[in-house]
Amino acid sequence: MNKKLPGTFIEKKQPDDSRRDFLKQSALLSGLSITPSIALKAANEHWDEKLAAAIEKTSLQLEINGVQQSLSVEPRVTLLDLLREQLNLTGTKKGCDYGQCGACTVHVNGKRILSCLTLAVMQDGQKVTTIEGLADGETLHPMQEAFIKHDGFQCGYCTPGQIMSAVACIREGHAESEDEIREYMSGNICRCGAYPNIVNAISEVKKGGKKV
Amino acid sequence: MSDQSSVGKPVSRLEGRLKVTGAAKYAAEYDAPNLLYGYVINSTITKGKITSIDTSAATAVEGVVAVFSHENRPELPWLDIKYADMDAPPGTVFKPLYDNEIKYNGQPIALLVANDFETARYASTLVRFEYEEEFFETCLDNNLEKGRDAKKGIATLLKPPPPAPTGNFEKAFENSAVKHTAEYLHSTEHHNPMELFATTTVYEGNGKLTIFDKTQGTINNQLYVANAFGLSYKNVRVIAPFVGGTFGSGLRPQHQLFLCVMAALELKRNVRVTLDRKQMFTFGHRPQTYQKLRFSTDENGSITAMNHLAIGETSQFEDYAESVVTWSHKLYPAANTLLEYKLAPLDLPSPLDMRAPGGCTAMHAIECMMDELSYKLKMDPLELRLRNYSEIDPSTGKSFTSKELKQCYLKAAERFGWKDRNPEPGSMTRGNKLVGYGMATGIWDAYQFPSRIEAIITKEGKLIINNAVTDIGTGTFTVMTQVAADALGLPLEDVTFNYGDSQKPFSMFQGGSAIAASTASAIIIAARALKKKLLKKAKAISNSPLKAAAEDDVMFKNGTIRLKKDPMSVVSFQEIVASNNGRPVRTVNMGMPHAFKLRKYTKATHSAAFVEVEVDKELKTIAVTRAVSAVAAGKILNPKTARSQITGSMVWGISKALHEETILDEKLGKYINTNLAEYHIPVHADVNELDVIFADEPDELINEAGVKGVGEIGLVAMPAAIANAIFHATGKRINKLPVHFDELL
Repeated sequence: MNKKLPGTFIEKKQPDDSRRDFLKQSALLSGLSITPSIALKAANEHWDEKLAAAIEKTSLQLEINGVQQSLSVEPRVTLLDLLREQLNLTGTKKGCDYGQCGACTVHVNGKRILSCLTLAVMQDGQKVTTIEGLADGETLHPMQEAFIKHDGFQCGYCTPGQIMSAVACIREGHAESEDEIREYMSGNICRCGAYPNIVNAISEVKKGGKKV
Repeated sequence: MSDQSSVGKPVSRLEGRLKVTGAAKYAAEYDAPNLLYGYVINSTITKGKITSIDTSAATAVEGVVAVFSHENRPELPWLDIKYADMDAPPGTVFKPLYDNEIKYNGQPIALLVANDFETARYASTLVRFEYEEEFFETCLDNNLEKGRDAKKGIATLLKPPPPAPTGNFEKAFENSAVKHTAEYLHSTEHHNPMELFATTTVYEGNGKLTIFDKTQGTINNQLYVANAFGLSYKNVRVIAPFVGGTFGSGLRPQHQLFLCVMAALELKRNVRVTLDRKQMFTFGHRPQTYQKLRFSTDENGSITAMNHLAIGETSQFEDYAESVVTWSHKLYPAANTLLEYKLAPLDLPSPLDMRAPGGCTAMHAIECMMDELSYKLKMDPLELRLRNYSEIDPSTGKSFTSKELKQCYLKAAERFGWKDRNPEPGSMTRGNKLVGYGMATGIWDAYQFPSRIEAIITKEGKLIINNAVTDIGTGTFTVMTQVAADALGLPLEDVTFNYGDSQKPFSMFQGGSAIAASTASAIIIAARALKKKLLKKAKAISNSPLKAAAEDDVMFKNGTIRLKKDPMSVVSFQEIVASNNGRPVRTVNMGMPHAFKLRKYTKATHSAAFVEVEVDKELKTIAVTRAVSAVAAGKILNPKTARSQITGSMVWGISKALHEETILDEKLGKYINTNLAEYHIPVHADVNELDVIFADEPDELINEAGVKGVGEIGLVAMPAAIANAIFHATGKRINKLPVHFDELL
């Protein structure tokens, strides 16, 4: 095999300011730029440079685990990627990125949502709680204690999402029976198959009657 | 010492707090300064050649740093052996970005590297490839006649080819009173651990790399990276303390590791590459398998002849083989056997071991066959198993180191309430549901790998154990800490087990249910050596109260050595280290399987599964309403984590029988349900009551720890037990897995 040139290296480009200003006003393009199919079409029609210029950072206020944060993010960044890649809150997991597995479950204003299906900019001004913010300092949340006691996990990767969902499940009043727990926890997949132990943990916390 | 022993107790996972608080870090979660993000680009054709690559649109995007493909990759070794990992099957290992040849759909063909994840993902869609397509074959069903013997190689050691025929199968089958013939089809399955495959490579400079990787073998991947990139072993460190499930997929280094390391070395930067869920379908998988069985018995139900043919799929470049046809004769004594295993090479990626590889495929067919025979004989299915029960291994005539399968059958049948079963299909109902009871047998190997342990007593009198092994969710960290604590007579909190790091002493990859036996035995050996050394040093202390003590005279308890007869004569570990000029007392020892001693024995774990299903009378939807598994696997180190291993693999059994399959579009030669909405894995609502019994099975022979491993045995019996229960409920035999409820309509 002949020795080939090393990887294609790209110098950082200075964006064209006037064009960028124009595109900044194009709310339509900014909105569309986050959609992959549109991105593909854009590529075909050589819009890609314009598209890149349009993906400009937006300011964003979020209260994350009780701490007010002033952030600046691109509109195409999901809440999940913001947490994991920019804020180093890696307790929230990416298992599919399509809302199919539940590993990325967080609470927004106390309700469970899939952070991979939520653009960060859509949550401006909201209160986000991740697994890192569930315990009260050194004191674990009763659901965290119960997961350890009942061995409600093996590899641990789906666990933060399971726990965030489990807490919400009780808050929603959907933990009245084991069957109901199974139904309302079915958005959180566990490939290790820890399901029976997870249901036991949730049942115990529910029966314990502590505020979750 | 028994008052504080830890082995056998249901200790909660020691890393539990880290896992429930989100503090446990997985491969893609290590922060590194100025990190670059790589996104893999995959082939959209199944076979052919790349004729041109246009990166101009991609590289015009702000933030894109590089696009690597076969056209501009760094020069790499051409010797295949340089890319061969410890688990490489015979053949030619796949080399990412090697040339323009496309061997399978989804093959990684480029890596786009950018300053942030979003840019990398977006710009990867802008790289244009032109292809020259070639004719391909991906369907096993159409290519069964291509089946041929598997090539032999190092991997053959763990997966020997089928044994030679015994007796005269055709004649015996022909002349038997009761006989049955059936075919079984298994779909492709993908491991789909919840954690996406990912690597974070920290470029340390001077040819030195620290790699956070998703793997079952830190040393396996360390050797792979060092060999493939011509680096010194000591300069490559692979770290994987938390691994978000693998189920076999991490036995071999996956292409994201190669591409991430290549980019880091070329760009001299820190790089992370994470596969997306769709890309999790672009490497190893459980192969499609065709099986044909012919079994016969005499009029009393004694098996006279067994023919088991299996044809599995493999790639065009490696011969991935499984032990499929070797199991029936390890269970049932038949004088006439014909066991055949073939591989059909197709234009797909190489298959890869997936939980209970071969075993769960085979035992589905074998135990459904047994159920068929029981109906032909009008004999209870459990009675048929007991009638053909063998205390020795019929395939070799050797004794088992231990075999408590009969205990499994009887205990599980009792717990399940098997005696209440009316054998008539469709005879049991519950409201609108048909109720079916089914049972099956499980068997799995009891491997042991070499393992090297470093054991250290610190100046605080505490124990440190070091080993490169991973904990993929099995509980290894917890149970090994328990084993070490007991071996030195220490409480759990005085033991630190360092693992998941290639810089620690040697461990094989974590697979085959081998690690509990391998690592625990090595720890026990190292602890013996350490105790000997500690006693020697304790005796050397001036005025030592142990001066005249022999090994048998002393006990190790709570960080001290005491005379058994006079427990007030005591030397503490701290005093010993102090007398050693403050230097920690250290040993490094190797644990090895006792190949010579065990040459006269067969090693195996066994199980029996009893399952109840409900089938809706009109809609024919199927639910596993309860299941009992009894498992004989030697000593159970921690009943809490071991039980979770079994219930978890019972869920895998439900999945294999009723849910999961990767669907291949034959015309496109590609997998089409490559996401977790369409690749069905059981959810909470699919899993009901699962009960586990561990048989009492002391095994003094097998290894120092008396351990056999519980990672796969819980799965093996389940698919057949479910299929047999469906037959009992409906009177229909569905021999293709997973069973689709519409086939019952």
